[in-house]
Amino acid sequence: MRIQRKNLGIPYVLFLLLFVVAPLAVLFYYAFTNGSGQFTLMNFVGFFSNPNTLGTLVYSFAIAAVTTFVCVLLAYPIAYILATSRIRAKSAVVMIFVLPMWINFSLRITALKEVLTFLEGNLAMHPFLNAVIGMTYDFLPFMILPIYTTISRLDASLLEAAADLGASPREAFLKVTLPLSMPGILSGVSMVFLPAMTNYVVLDMLYNSTYIMGSLIGSYFSAYNWHGGSMIALILLAIICLFTFLQGNTEESGANRGGALL
Amino acid sequence: MKKIWKAVFFVFMLLVLYLPILILAVYSFTDATTIGSIRGFSLQNYVTLFTTPELTSMILGTLFLAFGSAVIATILGTLGALGSFYSRERTKNFINTINQIPVINADVVTGFSLCVLMVVVMRISKDTFVPLVVGHVVLAAPFVYLNVSPKIRQMDPSMYEAALDLGATPWKALFQVVIPQIMPGIVSGFGLAITLSLDDYFIATYTKPAMFDTISTYVVNATRGSQTTIKTALWALSTVIFAVVILVVVIGNVNASRSEKRKEYANV
Repeated sequence: MRIQRKNLGIPYVLFLLLFVVAPLAVLFYYAFTNGSGQFTLMNFVGFFSNPNTLGTLVYSFAIAAVTTFVCVLLAYPIAYILATSRIRAKSAVVMIFVLPMWINFSLRITALKEVLTFLEGNLAMHPFLNAVIGMTYDFLPFMILPIYTTISRLDASLLEAAADLGASPREAFLKVTLPLSMPGILSGVSMVFLPAMTNYVVLDMLYNSTYIMGSLIGSYFSAYNWHGGSMIALILLAIICLFTFLQGNTEESGANRGGALL
Repeated sequence: MKKIWKAVFFVFMLLVLYLPILILAVYSFTDATTIGSIRGFSLQNYVTLFTTPELTSMILGTLFLAFGSAVIATILGTLGALGSFYSRERTKNFINTINQIPVINADVVTGFSLCVLMVVVMRISKDTFVPLVVGHVVLAAPFVYLNVSPKIRQMDPSMYEAALDLGATPWKALFQVVIPQIMPGIVSGFGLAITLSLDDYFIATYTKPAMFDTISTYVVNATRGSQTTIKTALWALSTVIFAVVILVVVIGNVNASRSEKRKEYANV
């Protein structure tokens, strides 16, 4: 008797249904019910009518936007230089930029914290700046890698054509290379923006006590308030869906997160 | 001139990335408790790191968890990739889509939702380690799937058929023909699963037993406390991990270039 090879996938599909799909269904249920199991919109209305939680949403967006911007600003030149250079051991140099990702992030942030304390004295004096520095330090490789990959794959003949048609190198860069590297930038943005909205540990470790969206989940968790926490998780999920929708190609982003780590 | 600026920028960025880790490494060999104060050479941090039961059990626990969850994730993810490849287009798309959810989801959301499902709804005690292990498998298995799938697509499908025609049982054909061909994907998926587990903080916080700590949760809690012996022992830990990572990368690169050379010779 021949085994049906497609049946090999059954354990994994069951696993995904039970531990990926079901948790999301449970989130929906808890977000729209109260402690006694009755349907309610209170968690939803509560979030959008409370100035504190709205402030948290705005602050998260601000931190994430600035972090993402700084990451693009730093990562693009690195990726561009790497992708266009003629050095032989190119993959080894790329590796050097990605290697810090392998060290546990909490230890990396500890190291950064010690250096920042030495430079600034009291870390609590510059909470926003430190949060951006910490997150940039943490997430930069996630931005370098997709941009590097996109630029390396660019067709060199396009630049030659631009030059033949009279474009200066500067024009060729602005009108050919930059627009064509947008997919890489977008993919990097989606890799950095969401973690920057949710990774509250970086803020905690650098003595920034302002809440971001992730911290709200953390505080609801500590208070055993599953309903409130589920609503925050749902709002984050909605933002994630929006990003995925805007970016279109999801397969790529997964490959990048993996690529950045391995 | 332009080249010089490129080089300056490059070196500067490398310094920014590596300086904190390197400074910490230097200070881990002194008895200083803060960066900036220069003190004498000391191995005390390393002695503390490897002799404090709390620290050693935390490190071993983290490694054990990473290895165990990576094994489960690799088996599940590989089977899933195989099953998906041989399924109808619609089933395949369905699995691909669900597989992407943990990949793009924020870890806070994944961890919290798993905690609500398993601990609050299913009433599984965190002390059983089941929520924690399941959480890390959820984190890693989709990446195994993503690493193995392209290898299956590149595989020569007639090899499996040939094995069957030559009298191999389907299981034998699977283990002796299919698995070896997709092995590179399985290995890189396994490596990725280990790294993801080692680096995770959020899923562990929401699903771990109260008395168990991974390196991440331990370090984060330790920075809130004021125990300087533990704090500086963690500098030593950071240095050890940095050394191990460099070692792994160097060995990996040497092996890769060797096998590439072998291939070149084979082609000649």
